[in-house]
Amino acid sequence: MAILVKPNTKVLVQGITGSFGARHAQLSIDYGTAVVAGVTPGKGGQFFEHGGKKVPIFDTVAEAVKQTGATASAVFVPPAFCADAILEGADAGLDLVVAITEGIPVNDMVKVKRAMEGKRTRLIGPNCPGIVTPGEGKDSHGGCRIGIAPGYIHKKGNIGVVSRSGTLTYEAVWQLTSRGVGQSTCVGIGGDPVNGTSHLDVIKLFNDDPETTGIIMIGEIGGSAEEEAAEWIAKNCKKPVAGFIAGTTAPPGRRMGHAGAIVSGGKGTAEAKIAAFKAAGIGVAVTPSDMADTLLKMM
Amino acid sequence: MNIHEYQAKQLLAQYGVAVPPGDVCSTPDQARAVAEKLFAEGNKLVVVKSQIHAGGRGKGTFKSGFQGGVKLCKNAEDVFEKAKAMLGQTLVTKQTGPEGRVVGKLLVTAGQDIKKEFYLAVLLDRATSRPLIMASTEGGMDIEEVAEKHPEKIIKEQIDPAVGIMPYQARKIASALGLKGDAFNSGVKLLMGVYKTWWECDASMVEINPLCIIVGADGKETLSAVDAKIGLDDNALYRHKNIQEMRDLAEEAPLEIEASKFNLNYIKLDGSIACLVNGAGLAMATMDIIQHFGAMPANFLDVGGGASKEQVTAAFKIILQDPNVKGILVNIFGGIMDCNVIATGIVAAVKETHLNLPLVVRLEGNNVIAGKKTLAESGLTLITGDTMADAAQKVVKAVGK
Repeated sequence: MAILVKPNTKVLVQGITGSFGARHAQLSIDYGTAVVAGVTPGKGGQFFEHGGKKVPIFDTVAEAVKQTGATASAVFVPPAFCADAILEGADAGLDLVVAITEGIPVNDMVKVKRAMEGKRTRLIGPNCPGIVTPGEGKDSHGGCRIGIAPGYIHKKGNIGVVSRSGTLTYEAVWQLTSRGVGQSTCVGIGGDPVNGTSHLDVIKLFNDDPETTGIIMIGEIGGSAEEEAAEWIAKNCKKPVAGFIAGTTAPPGRRMGHAGAIVSGGKGTAEAKIAAFKAAGIGVAVTPSDMADTLLKMM
Repeated sequence: MNIHEYQAKQLLAQYGVAVPPGDVCSTPDQARAVAEKLFAEGNKLVVVKSQIHAGGRGKGTFKSGFQGGVKLCKNAEDVFEKAKAMLGQTLVTKQTGPEGRVVGKLLVTAGQDIKKEFYLAVLLDRATSRPLIMASTEGGMDIEEVAEKHPEKIIKEQIDPAVGIMPYQARKIASALGLKGDAFNSGVKLLMGVYKTWWECDASMVEINPLCIIVGADGKETLSAVDAKIGLDDNALYRHKNIQEMRDLAEEAPLEIEASKFNLNYIKLDGSIACLVNGAGLAMATMDIIQHFGAMPANFLDVGGGASKEQVTAAFKIILQDPNVKGILVNIFGGIMDCNVIATGIVAAVKETHLNLPLVVRLEGNNVIAGKKTLAESGLTLITGDTMADAAQKVVKAVGK
């Protein structure tokens, strides 16, 4: 089953003609993802051609949805225009909008999050690597890749991965794949202080997904989303969860690359999160090299 | 980005927030002139405040031996003398670290008749993704301490971003603070202005501590932002030209400024093992694993997802300017980026910088075999690691810890 997206999910790419969006649209097509439409205002009627595929470009998301039946979107538009792009996706009734863009003003996301309350669309990100549901083919080809993650490191299987960090997600996935263990779905929820989907939201989906038998949750300093997820896991989660928290050595008051990775006012420390994980029975990887092994020992 | 107190007060004043009269000065003569004007306007006291991006100024000590970065003066000559003692000197406070900060500017401002002090802040509540106003009757105190010991003394009001602050919310806070009469009305106006400053300037935090009831010459009580601190969202600076101009490079670490020119995210730390990593999460995790195996990281350095040869070379040069560095750990998970491009960049950088410190490289991902071959055939004496743990152990061992 996997969560959020299946190998046959129809995907549109907002910002498909920009260099970043184009490159990753190509990689998704190569991976076998059903990229059915692109959206670039003013370029409607043109085509995005790659690998023998002709993907139609539309001026609006609504038109793209109407013509192609796309249900999910990857957003690659520049930060200043991203809030608008996300809400356009929600307005068009998409199931899922995945915002890859890094550097969106926080207040824009505060407005977006408020505007999406009560809407059917789920937002993943922003400032995230996106989602991968691995496929059946060689190097997991034929899966659904929305975003910028390397597809080939995945393997179809039963472990769910959720993380705020891109490269740490890849690290965890690669540890699993190298040990012959596959993944159901891997979700990068992003490194910003305001994001559409939390650790807890994804954990709940994994908990309900019959195909997922174990979960790796990767967090980092800042905020309290990991603690909230841990509290819920302690009471409700039926599946083994292993985790890692990055930032034990990060100095307080400094933003560690991600806009949301900051210990402020003594809140959001790695120590507090690790303590919450332990209290919830989540297996804590002592180093980032042990994420897969920590989970596999619990299973 | 952080700004100085005087700049924060300029922004607040633009949104109708009352701040004590005064001006910023960079010479003792200017300080005297501002003080003379303030005394002529009937103020009995004038405060001279060092402008640095760190708290604890009042209790700080200058390296010259002069005590206190904030001074109360009774005449303009005294202001001149105090300004002379502070300007160009290095102030050390509990927040600056032992190296301190050079005071380049002073805020010379009226010392008002303070009746009562409060705490006020606007920030993002990450748990709800909504703005939050926090206030407390315990002004002048460290809010974290109040939150811990007297959580009941903290007033919280959440703002709906679709509506913005409504006057009734400001009235609720003013009432909870116990404000009455003139002070109540003045407090409501100030609260509306402080929130507006936070929202419209794209601030990450506005903190007024203390917020004071001051008594005017006519006996009228009003609210005044006696101290102010504003942090801004870097992602939103592009739409605030006026705020961009407030950036003070003297307050930033020179290596961090240099790194930002190459789109590298670098933060200097105190350890001996430098790291060069792609991705913020992996960079933090790399620092953590160095500590796990018994050493300390010298820096955080994220070269980003699409690092070029030029960026890798620039990163090496920046790392090597830190005299504490005894060894380097490169940890790259090249998901999409080509590991061979990174390897070529590392070889070029090592040669260009004549590196003679232990270097451990862990490469994984796209085209990793070619990357490892490039490193092996380079003739350089570098150590390779297979996993993060392997690489971290090797670099810690190599620097002899």
